[in-house]
Amino acid sequence: MPKDFRSLQDRLHQQDMTLGEKLRQISWTYILLISIVAAAGFFMLYSAANGQWEPWASRQIVRFGIGILAMLALALINIRVYLRYAYVFYAISLVLLVAVDVKGVIGMGAQRWIDFGVIRLQPSELMKIALVLSLARYFHGLSIEDIGRPVSLIAPLLMTLAPVGLILKQPDLGTALMLMMGSGIVFFAAGVRLWKFAVVLAGGLAAIPVGWGMLHDYQRNRVLTFINPERDPLGAGYHILQSKIALGSGGVFGRGFMQGTQSHLNFLPEKQTDFIFTMLAEEFGMVGGLALLSLYTLIVVFGLVIALRCRHHFGRLLALGLTANFFLYVFINIAMVMGLIPVVGVPLPLISYGGTVMLTLMCGFGLVQCVNVHRDLHLGRRGGGDEP
Amino acid sequence: MSSARDSERGKLFTRRAMMLAAGQTGLTMALAGRMYYLQVTEAERYGILADENRISLRLLPPPRGLILDRFGREMAVNRQNFRVLVVREQTPDLMQTLDALGMIIPLTDKDKTRIRREVERKRAFMPVQVKENLSWEEMAQIQINAPDLPGVVIDEGLTRYYPYGDGGAQVLGYVSSVSEKDLTGEALLELPGFRIGKAGVEKIYDLALRGRGGNSKVEVNALGRVIRELERKEGTPGVDVTLTLDLEMQQFAVDRIGEESAAAVVIDVHTGEILVMASTPSFDPNAFNRGLTPEEWSALITNERAPLRNKCISAQFPPGSTFKVIVAMAALEAGVISPEQTVFCPGYMDLGEHRFHCWQKRGHGSVNMVEALQHSCDVYFYEVARRVGVDRIADVARRFGLGSPLGIDLPNEVSGLIPDRAWKRAFNGQPWLPGETLNAGIGQGYVLTTPLQLAVMAARIANGGMAVKPRLTRETVTTAGLKPIGAAALAPVGVNPKSVALVRRGMYEVVNNPAGTAHRSAFDVNGQRMAGKTGSSQVRRITMKERETTGVLKNDALPWKERDHALFIAFAPADAPRYACAVVVEHGGGGSAVAAPIASDIMKEALKRDPSRPRGPQPLPEVEV
Repeated sequence: MPKDFRSLQDRLHQQDMTLGEKLRQISWTYILLISIVAAAGFFMLYSAANGQWEPWASRQIVRFGIGILAMLALALINIRVYLRYAYVFYAISLVLLVAVDVKGVIGMGAQRWIDFGVIRLQPSELMKIALVLSLARYFHGLSIEDIGRPVSLIAPLLMTLAPVGLILKQPDLGTALMLMMGSGIVFFAAGVRLWKFAVVLAGGLAAIPVGWGMLHDYQRNRVLTFINPERDPLGAGYHILQSKIALGSGGVFGRGFMQGTQSHLNFLPEKQTDFIFTMLAEEFGMVGGLALLSLYTLIVVFGLVIALRCRHHFGRLLALGLTANFFLYVFINIAMVMGLIPVVGVPLPLISYGGTVMLTLMCGFGLVQCVNVHRDLHLGRRGGGDEP
Repeated sequence: MSSARDSERGKLFTRRAMMLAAGQTGLTMALAGRMYYLQVTEAERYGILADENRISLRLLPPPRGLILDRFGREMAVNRQNFRVLVVREQTPDLMQTLDALGMIIPLTDKDKTRIRREVERKRAFMPVQVKENLSWEEMAQIQINAPDLPGVVIDEGLTRYYPYGDGGAQVLGYVSSVSEKDLTGEALLELPGFRIGKAGVEKIYDLALRGRGGNSKVEVNALGRVIRELERKEGTPGVDVTLTLDLEMQQFAVDRIGEESAAAVVIDVHTGEILVMASTPSFDPNAFNRGLTPEEWSALITNERAPLRNKCISAQFPPGSTFKVIVAMAALEAGVISPEQTVFCPGYMDLGEHRFHCWQKRGHGSVNMVEALQHSCDVYFYEVARRVGVDRIADVARRFGLGSPLGIDLPNEVSGLIPDRAWKRAFNGQPWLPGETLNAGIGQGYVLTTPLQLAVMAARIANGGMAVKPRLTRETVTTAGLKPIGAAALAPVGVNPKSVALVRRGMYEVVNNPAGTAHRSAFDVNGQRMAGKTGSSQVRRITMKERETTGVLKNDALPWKERDHALFIAFAPADAPRYACAVVVEHGGGGSAVAAPIASDIMKEALKRDPSRPRGPQPLPEVEV
């Protein structure tokens, strides 16, 4: 029987869609939304360089282009591949993290990246995807009864805590927290009981005094400065104060493109990376800020819808985990520049200048797209085709 | 059933996903709310903070008012000051650039070290001064070589310049950097490089000359670098002050005095305008602006001839025989002697156990008042002073402007001293001694006057006893500008014009009678003659032993500090006076030999320069001798 006579529905359940069919399953609206946000980022980088494409905007465009291609490539790979190699990928990322730590010890300083000559790889960025992938695979393989058993939570907890510990050692408090929250969301979506979260949270709170002792001075300062930014207006509190001034002075409609005085006169620190939202809000006002926030929300909603429409647990958890991660990035960055949470080095997704983050992000979107393409696939608990 | 289990798992996932979505919605709302709070509720506050961040107010120093002489010639001006600066961030190699610059303008190693230290301390875009007061040629050369001098900038500012140097230095004063105690809270004073008046006219009219600063609103970035100017408000330039001085005559007087330590004042007898106020030796006021080295400063301070002091108003001398005009008028006023009555001068006068000597050892014989003035006979004035008493002498002296500051518009005017009985009691509780009256009668003892007071005294005699007051400006100088002084009629000093006229007659004879003490200084310019009175005031005590052994030592034989002061007061033309003059040569010797010739030349010059002088308001009363 020729393949063509089978219904598309049938073939979706199998794994032998043609390339064209797969491409048609890709959500192009999703890509459009991502591109609009990225384009806004290009213009902000152009403005940050005082009206020049160099040195940031042009490179960011190239990276985004590569990212789009990577996303499409990842989306077209059969999702079974990810399921099969999830743990392998996780293991590689973990080894790289250890390698960075070892290299850091040898190099007598904190290092977060490995130089491969062509690219500098930040294993912690890689781990953000790897952890979601392997957790999704783990919970995909658990029955609903298994999830209720505390014993079955030991493995995923270890899976989370190993990289978190390594990243804390770097030390990168922000990324470690992001990783914990990201995996917490996967735990939550997988159906882990709420009281178990409460136990972990209580344990965490109890550990705060211990943790405080382990924090570096600069990290303590960040927390203290967050509680009272006026504590040190020219030192640690300077960033957040200047950010609030720039943002607030933008008003409802902003000062206009390229007209942001605070950012262009360099009162605003790191305007091309972590504080780029401030610049956008100064130049385009609350209207611009809310517009960007809406675009982000739409991207998140698309991710959620894809997760909900997926018929296999692996895909659901993967799409939801990655989308939640994306949301966390957006929230933490914007909340930080507006002085709602302490200053943590988290970039604004798709807009802040930065290569690794852009690529990781696009890979994440690629996986979400992959879930969308393969949403109706029958995926057994152990990665086979159908349930035996 | 696994599929049922799966669907249960799916439902649980859906529930959880919805809870997550709700949570995310909540967080997103929090972000939007915060945005509203910052950009709407608090927008105004942050807008102000943003402007405070970026807008910096720079003061613009106003150009200082000029100081002009009576004919509008510039005595103090603002000169363009070319400074060469270097900006570190624009020069690839600072030392190399400085070496290249050193080929054009002289730069010592000390300069270079200072510059390097300053460059290291300041931010990279802040200019550091390499050298100021560049000549036009140096400036031009630097500009031509600009391509080889990266980061080298030429900046022009205004500095005070006194084109005539030391000519009227003590009157003009000088400007110098603001010191700690000058700070009043006025922002201008805190400008780096700002100068304020520290002496003379520059000091007394400092506020008016200073003007009001403008400001420039500039946008700066976080490092303080100026991005652009937003708004500029020019200041108000300082008020130009026109003095009554005649610059050329001032210069003439200074040159005429030459090396002596002296003071010369020429005053208009009707208006009180000061035409000449010369004090020597002088100093270069431009040096203060440049900044004195400690050696230069201590040389000025320790010089016994006090170059910094305006001797016309800040130094006081015993008036010597010039004071006899006062004693003569006091005697006529008191009626203790008539003009014709004579006193016999044997060369001395005994009072109690003391013998008071006349300067003429062999005596003058019988002299009346005019002759006594003409010969400057000491014995005549001992006698009339004894008859009048010190209190009545002091009264007349004060009427002619002695004994208190005249209120000239200059700082540091001293009062001089006219003693009387009450003063002595207050001074040391001792009663006044008759011998002290005799000393006062010839302008010695306690009597002290400033050269300006002597000039004013001569003027009041010359104008027939009108209380003319000296001044350096024709207008009242205020910060808002110049206000004309109302021409108020002069008040009489309250001495009988006949007494004044008789003294004038005496002063005429001093110069024009061949037997007069200042006859050598007589002149006739188109029929205009001078009247005057010599004076030599003793600064040491002549002992009996000296008189008996060596005789009174000649001035030449004494150290400078012990020589007599030479004095001369004068007015001219004698018949219708216009100018009065006082010359005091500190430790110069005799009045007739030293001071009178100087005064004579200055007066001659004044008359030559003023051919169309108006006649005095009142004709001389006729005096019979």
